[in-house]
Amino acid sequence: MENIIQIKNLNKWYGDFHVLKDINLEVKKGEIIVICGPSGSGKSTMTRCINYLETFQEGELVVDGIALEDDVKKIRDIRSKVAMVFQHFELFPHLSILDNLILAPMHVHQIPKHEAVETAMKYLKRVNIADQANKYPNQLSGGQKQRVAIARALCANPTIMLFDEPTSALDPEMINEVLDVMVDLSKEHKTMICVTHEMGFAKRVADRVIFMADGQIVEENTPDEFFNNPQSDRLKQFLEQIITH
Amino acid sequence: MAVYEEKSARPAPINTNGAIYWLKENLFATPLDIAITFLILFVLFQVVPPFLNWTIFDASFLGSTKADATGSGANWIFVKDKISMFMYGFYPQDQLFRLQILVGVTLVEIVLFKYIAKTIKQKIFVFVLYPIVAFILIKGGMFGLVEVPTNKWGGLLLTLVISFVGIVLSIPIGIILAFGRQSNLPVIKNLSVVYIEFIRGVPLITMLFMGSVLLPLFFQEGVELNKLLRALIVITMVESAFVSEAIRGGLQAIPKGQYEAADSLGLSYWQKMILVILPQALKVAIPNLVGISIELFKDTSLVMIIGLFDLLSMVHLTSNDSHWLGMETEGYVFVTFIYLIFCYGMSRYSMILEKRFNTDHR
Amino acid sequence: MSILNNKTFRDILSQFIVVTALVLFIWHIVGNLQHNIEVRGITTGFAFFGDKAGFGISESPISYSEDSTYFRAFLVGLTNTVYVSFVGIFFASILGVIIGVGRLSKNFLISKLSLLYVEFFRNIPLLLQILFWYNIVLAALPGPRQSIALWANCFLNNRGFYIPKPIFGTSFEYVVLAFVVAIGLVVFLSKWATKRFEETGKDMLVWPWAILILVTIPLVVFNLLGSPLSFDYPALRGFNFRGGMSYSPEFLALAFALSVYTASLIAEAVRSGIEAVAKGQKEAAASLGLTSYQSLKLVVLPQAIRIAIPPILGQYLNLIKNSSLATAIGYPEIVTVFSGTVLNQTGQAIEIIAVTMAVYLTISLFVSLILNIVNKKLAIKER
Repeated sequence: MENIIQIKNLNKWYGDFHVLKDINLEVKKGEIIVICGPSGSGKSTMTRCINYLETFQEGELVVDGIALEDDVKKIRDIRSKVAMVFQHFELFPHLSILDNLILAPMHVHQIPKHEAVETAMKYLKRVNIADQANKYPNQLSGGQKQRVAIARALCANPTIMLFDEPTSALDPEMINEVLDVMVDLSKEHKTMICVTHEMGFAKRVADRVIFMADGQIVEENTPDEFFNNPQSDRLKQFLEQIITH
Repeated sequence: MAVYEEKSARPAPINTNGAIYWLKENLFATPLDIAITFLILFVLFQVVPPFLNWTIFDASFLGSTKADATGSGANWIFVKDKISMFMYGFYPQDQLFRLQILVGVTLVEIVLFKYIAKTIKQKIFVFVLYPIVAFILIKGGMFGLVEVPTNKWGGLLLTLVISFVGIVLSIPIGIILAFGRQSNLPVIKNLSVVYIEFIRGVPLITMLFMGSVLLPLFFQEGVELNKLLRALIVITMVESAFVSEAIRGGLQAIPKGQYEAADSLGLSYWQKMILVILPQALKVAIPNLVGISIELFKDTSLVMIIGLFDLLSMVHLTSNDSHWLGMETEGYVFVTFIYLIFCYGMSRYSMILEKRFNTDHR
Repeated sequence: MSILNNKTFRDILSQFIVVTALVLFIWHIVGNLQHNIEVRGITTGFAFFGDKAGFGISESPISYSEDSTYFRAFLVGLTNTVYVSFVGIFFASILGVIIGVGRLSKNFLISKLSLLYVEFFRNIPLLLQILFWYNIVLAALPGPRQSIALWANCFLNNRGFYIPKPIFGTSFEYVVLAFVVAIGLVVFLSKWATKRFEETGKDMLVWPWAILILVTIPLVVFNLLGSPLSFDYPALRGFNFRGGMSYSPEFLALAFALSVYTASLIAEAVRSGIEAVAKGQKEAAASLGLTSYQSLKLVVLPQAIRIAIPPILGQYLNLIKNSSLATAIGYPEIVTVFSGTVLNQTGQAIEIIAVTMAVYLTISLFVSLILNIVNKKLAIKER
């Protein structure tokens, strides 16, 4: 299977601060990757480089055959193949749920309205929230909003899905409803990259788990080996801190 | 599957950081950007040098009469000559030393208030002491000081007096109005709302006219209200409405849990408000209160319309002198400069306060 | 429990005390008022509105002469207030939006200059600005004989700004009709474009077509009817200009100062509105593939407007109230004419100041009502 994402020697600085150090990563098509690490480790930043929400000064990033650079057309192409789910949902509060979902298909992909609505309703059903289609985001709970956000990402029919701490802003009782949707998605062999602290999820569906700290990738392994047999001291220290008592 | 060794941080590559990169990103990013940048630079080069010439390079600073002016630029000798009118109005020259003492007293008060007074009682004592001392120094008529009647107060002195009295007196009244507006008792709430909305709906100048023309009619015959007092009463009435809105914002920022905790401890309404709620609300409201003070400082300029001689009116008064005709532009520029220093300074201070508040209210 | 401790009783009692104290206070000062009125021989009542004014007003959109009544003078003041406020609001809004957006520009010069503009004009008193424009800038303009001539027969001098006055021919109404028809066509076009977009996904820019239609159709009709529009050009006769329309230096100074000052405050409201739209919204829009123009139009501006409208309407109200500063330079709006000249002539301060305040309160109420309606319509639905 070919690599759908190739990151070579990627380096990023914020001013003088070296925030991503020599990142090298290859993701196969259909692979499910979980990235974890302490805050400030650069895991979100690196993920956001993949759909060019963050730029980088050195290195190469190739997504589905397109090399990322400051080319507006290439960026739009990549963004139609890569969909993102945000920690704070970022639904558009002034539009209804349905309008949130059909906005991009109609304006970016020139899809006629009735087709876009059909697709939207299909995905809303998929995430079990079709009955809220005409409500507005602020009328929904956090868990519902995140499921809508996942449906919005799916409407673009992406080959790669990025999840940036999707459950970190949710109350505990709502985390599972979102994780269930993500587990369901993982069965479809879409490439998924998830930045998350949910270790149960990682153990269940991840093909690989990556640990980042201080701007670099420190260790990567299969979930089994990662959690039961950590090699580096840094990872051992991290795992100790997050195992709940 | 893989473990990586630790990498150390490197400095950023040159053309992505530093001056050239900054120029490219911020001034020359797109062709349109480049065009606009050059256009703006062209206009600036036409406008800024003549202005600097007039204000500084060709201006006259030395001398004592109009004839001493050397260059074609501003004649700042005029400002030097008239400086005590701008600063103090018609205050008698031989008594100016009292005002200079007052400046010293003010600095001492600030130091006392911030660093030396520790308890609330001490701070309130220092705070209340200041206006009394200031009043004695400025007005006189006691402790062997010659009396200087209020119609001789003018210029920046008058502006500061009105601003200070206005804001200080309006705070307690504003607190009461804010409580009134929050109250559950319909009579009190409605009276407060009516008062506040009335003040917010009419221009300050009409209130000043009311104060200057109508207020005397409401008092018993024989009660003399000098012009300054009338203006101060009206300004206090107006500012207390704005202050009450700022405090109401502060009250609304206090979580309901605070009220409930105070109630559950058995505190009465007034105890709860004064000991628990108000201190927190005032802290939140302080940036807004500074904003109101800035507005008040600018609005004092309106008193020139009812015949008080504040800083702004000094422009016209000073340039009417037959020795110094035609100096109005210098007057306006100087007065603008003073207002800018005070108002911009206060707004910077308010931003510092806001930052300080944001960090410790976590 | 003793009735004194009953909460309801205490609530009623405290309100009763407040009301009684207030009533006593009002009774006392009204008593003083009546006494003072008697002693000073001040007339009361509103009959004076019917009396002859006996003074001239330098500019008025409605007809007025010295024989008109005080009521007429009051109306003149009111219309002048409305007129200068409208002009001020119009220019302040345009300038304010430009500078507010400029504050957020990536171009260093634009953003710093916008910042300078805002910090400069909002930190000096409006009265100072009015006096400066009036006494320094406008007074420095040349006399009528050396007027600055601008394009299309406009002249600027220290007596005012003179422009040609349009004189509409009898068939001009058809041009207006054509304009109305053009508006209807534009509305129809944009509805059609929306429908086509929803059905086929093809988007189109409506505004270039809209401008084309709004300009050409009335223009064509205008030409066909033989150009029923002529101008009365201002011309120098002797020492002054005759003909055309003119704007007095008082009007110009006031309108200019109001616009420039209020624009700095509107710019801040616009900037806060746009900045308040969370960064995440822009990122989400970008990650969906929207261009920055689409993101602005569909995601950022709809939210920014909801945040910015209340403070902007507040600034409009402030501008209307600030027009009262015209007293300092003699522009005949309501405070200058009514609370000024009429009050001086009749001495009926109470009625006049009360009526003036009532006018402004009505305007405030009106603006608040508009704000409420706008807020309701735009409100983002919550739980």
